[in-house]
Order: sequence, then structure tokens, then C-alpha cells
Amino acid sequence: MSFLDIRHLQKSFGAHRVVKDFTLGIDKGEFVSFLGPSGCGKTTVLRMVGGFEAPTSGAVSIDGRDVTALPANRRKIGMVFQSYALFPNLTVAENVGFGLKVAGQGKAEIARRVAEMLELIGLPQLGSRYPFQLSGGQQQRVALARALAPRPEVLLLDEPLSALDAKIRVSLRDEIRRIQRDLGITTIFVTHDQEEALSMSDRVVVMHQGVADQIGTPFEIYNRPATRFVAEFVGTLNLIDADLVDAAAGHIRLAGVPVTLDRASPGRAGERISLALRPETVTLGRGGGDIVLPGRIAEVHFLGPVIRVRVSVEGGGSIALDTFNQADRLPPLIGAPVDISMSHRDLLVLAA
Amino acid sequence: MTGRQLWSWLAVALGGLYFLLPLVGMFDFSMRMQRGVYSFQAYRVVLADPQFQQTFGYSVALALLTIILGILLVVPTAYFVRLRFPGLRPAIEFITLLPLVIPPIVIVFGYIRIYNTSSVLPLTGSWWGTNILLLCGYAVLSLPYMYRSVDTGLRTIDIASLTEAAQSLGAGWARILAVVILPNVFVSVLSGAFLTFAIVIGEYVFAALLNVNSFGPYMVWMGGNRAYEPSALAVVAFAITWACMGLIQLFTRFSKFSTARR
Repeated sequence: MSFLDIRHLQKSFGAHRVVKDFTLGIDKGEFVSFLGPSGCGKTTVLRMVGGFEAPTSGAVSIDGRDVTALPANRRKIGMVFQSYALFPNLTVAENVGFGLKVAGQGKAEIARRVAEMLELIGLPQLGSRYPFQLSGGQQQRVALARALAPRPEVLLLDEPLSALDAKIRVSLRDEIRRIQRDLGITTIFVTHDQEEALSMSDRVVVMHQGVADQIGTPFEIYNRPATRFVAEFVGTLNLIDADLVDAAAGHIRLAGVPVTLDRASPGRAGERISLALRPETVTLGRGGGDIVLPGRIAEVHFLGPVIRVRVSVEGGGSIALDTFNQADRLPPLIGAPVDISMSHRDLLVLAA
Repeated sequence: MTGRQLWSWLAVALGGLYFLLPLVGMFDFSMRMQRGVYSFQAYRVVLADPQFQQTFGYSVALALLTIILGILLVVPTAYFVRLRFPGLRPAIEFITLLPLVIPPIVIVFGYIRIYNTSSVLPLTGSWWGTNILLLCGYAVLSLPYMYRSVDTGLRTIDIASLTEAAQSLGAGWARILAVVILPNVFVSVLSGAFLTFAIVIGEYVFAALLNVNSFGPYMVWMGGNRAYEPSALAVVAFAITWACMGLIQLFTRFSKFSTARR
């Protein structure tokens, strides 16, 4: 049995089923992200774990203790909100010490723990400030310290970085992960930002229409997406149509070129199937794998370290590919004839 | 000064005169108690009157109790309506506005009819009962001001997130209301409280019909029996009301964690 056990959780608001049969086990100290577009049910699952929403059916248990019926204030859960939710009338130190005071700890113990927490988030000098005197990034650090101070068993982070600007978001996400590792606290992180989910998590749960479409390590989610939705939502993707020649043997025709897949393909001979291909697995020129397709450069986007090129393939359709920028080589020219190559192992056959 | 500015100033001056002239006249009259001398004699007489001290002290105590009752009644109601039953807000707002539409005399007649000495709950029959009725009546009169200011205060803070944050840290409802919500709407509660104070201190209809000797009936009695003292009393009553308004301004501006300064 896992440390945090979520079993067959369902939630309906009226006739609308927001979460449909969600089951997940999280080990102690694990960092799991719920990733999905808005309205997919990720926040609702988090709120049910936190005790802010009652499940229509299903159960949540922490360390073998069933907490489904417990109110939020008795679950020993730390929560960080997108809007920071610091108490405006209390100083930073009083905010961080709030949970300890509720727990009835002594003044000296509270002061010691608050100092320790402020040290942990790197703001030891700001204890006497009020929240409105802090920047967004500082407020969210304080919110994290406040959530961690009473030593919760589980930490819930509800899109904590969404309200911050890009640079602070990256530095704070590294810091959250460092603190989480240091304390070894079991954590659920809700986000709609795939980069955050992939870079921070031990495991990612990709949610879609109230269901966990795929649960896996960031590597698995990115490289072996289980459904079409996961493939499309996580990372950028080329979707290419191909003709199925022999389903059992995995023979297909891709832009007129015969290709043999690693595995048997679903479907019947003569059908059109969808293949997915990550832009970074395609090489400009020959030498990138066993499949070579001729074409013409249609678009060039210079993104800094990476140049994204879209090539119109002669047999029909277009494929985007990423190539690294090199200071001594000019980007490709639009309209120039070019060969692109790829390995058949990188082609993913998507379930509908 | 351009012509347009001149007209603006003239309008302001006329408006000011309309409000100030009667006050100045009243103040002037209140200073003429001693023939031929300009003095505060009327104020001295009024302030030294044991009746004044007794009725004024009683009304102040009642006003403070009304404020406490109002806070206990309104803050949790406004909070839970916003947090849990936002659909009920128009209905609650309508109910709290009723005291502005229904005259106090109707309310007090209703009280006397329901709680008279031959009723099941004969509150008008005892000193304590009458005071409780008066207190409840004043809390009703202050509802429109108290509820609106508290509700406006609640609108400026994210009560849902603050509540959940406090809950996740282990706090129960009483602590959330006392430590998180109330201090953050304190300025709004104060403005409601000062308005309540100003209403209760001079209220006449409730007190007279319940036969209670408070400051309002005392002022009316004084007005019917003396010449200069009523003007002095009116000036004192005005000063109290204005002091309340001034204090609202002061607290709003100097609240140390005011969101307005963000």
C-alpha cells in the first residue's frame, strides 16, 4: 500500500462529472505532478485530497489512515495556492508561525521553527514585513514556508507558479524541488505547464476529461505517450498520416516511402493511420536514420538556441524539425530543396 | 480666476452656506444664555445636569452593546453568505435594507404587540426585557450600515483562499473568523460601528415608545422645557456624530496593513 492512496475517486457537480474514477498511489517522499488543461479535473482531485471538496465516491488514505471523512483542518496537509493566500493582517513571521500556534506550540518553539523555515526559503531578514511589502515570488516562498512549518504529512501545490513571471517561475520551481527533496515530503503539484511538470516530477499524471490518461515518469510520458491526447498535450508533435500495408508485420507507406515499424500496427491493410513524431527526432539532411524523405523548406523560426524548420514533404504533408543553432552556420533558406531523415523507432502509432 | 471657476466656487459657497448657516445660528444662540455676554454657560448647565450624565452614559453603553451584537450577527452572516451561499446574497442584502424602508415606529409597535406583558414572552414587563428589546431593535436599525460596510470589506479580500489556507493549517471556524477574517475587515467593521454609534446615541422613537430614559428622549424633553440648553445639546450631538465620521476617515487611512496602499 502506498503512503498516499487515492482509490476510485469520483466527483460530480450536479449532472456534470468532473472526476471519473481516479486511482493513484504515491510513495513517501515522491513528487507527483497532475498535468492537464483547465477543466480536466486536476485541481478537483487535489482539493479532494486536501479535504476542501467531498468526493461523490471513493476514498483517500494517508499512511494507512482513511481521511476521506476528515475535515481539512485535521488532515495534516500543507497547501500552497496560486494566489499565495497569505494573511494580510499578519507579518511574514506570524504567517509562517500560524499553523504552529494553532497546534498549541510554545512561543520559543514557534520562534525557532519560523527562523528555520525563513532560512530554508532564503528570506531570514523579512520576518517583520507584511505580505503587501513583498514581491510575488517572495510571497509564494513565504506561503511555502507557512505550509511546511507544521510538518505536514503531504504537501499540495495548486499551480503555485502560475501568477509569477517567467524568470522567477524557473528559479522558484528549482527551489521548490530542492526543498521538497531536502525534507523528503510527499508532494502533489498541479500545473497546466508541461515544462514544470516534466522538469520537477518523479512521476507525472496527465489528466484529460476527469480521467488519468497516463501515469508515468517524465521520460515515459514524453517518449512513450499512451494516448493521442497525451502525445498532443505534452511537447510539440508532428502528426503524419500513413497508409497501412500489412498491419501484423508493421509495414506502412509514409509519404510514398515504404517503412517497417517495430511493432504490429492496429487497423487493417489499406487504412490510413496517424503517426506521431517529435521535432527533435528528425534530422535536416541524410544520416538521421533509416527513413529519408525529400522536400522543400517551408518555414524557418529562429528561437535562439534552437531553430524550428517546417519542411513540405514531396509525398504530401509537412514535418517540423528542430536543429541546434550554430553561430558559424546560417539558418536554412525558405524554398531550398532538402532531405530529412528519421529512425523508424521514433515513429509512434497513436491509439485513436 | 476664469468665469467657469467663479461659478464653481459660487456653487460650493452656496451649498456650504445652506448647511452651515443653521449650525452657526444654533451655535451662536447656544452661547447667549447670559444676557449681554458670550459664554459657554448653556453647555456648563447641560453637562452638569445629572439627567444628562445618566441618559448619555446609558445611550453610550447601549450603543457599544449594539455594536458588539451587530458584529457578532453580521460578520459571520456576511462571511458565510459570501463563502458558501453566494446565491443568497441578493436576498440577505434586501433583508438588511428593510430597516431603511420600514419606519422604526412600525418595528417598535410590532415589538410591543408581540412581547407585551400578556404575551408568552413578556419582555416589556421588566427592566432587563425592555433593554434587550431596545438592544435588538437598535441592532436591526444599524443592519443596513453594518452589513454593507462589512460586505464591502469582505469583497476586497480573497476569503475563499484565506479560509482554505487557514483550514489547511489546522484552524477551526471560530479561529478563522476571529484571527483571519475579522482583522482584515476591521476598518469596514469600524465604519459600520461608528455609524451605528451615531444612530443609537440620538435615537428617539424606540426609546420613547418603550419608555426608556435615554439620550434621545432627554434631548426632546429638554427642547420642550428650556430655551438655550437644547441648542447646546444639539451642538454636542452634532460634534459626536462628526467625531464618529472623522474617526472612520482616520482609521481607514492609517490602517497599518491597508490594502489601499499596495
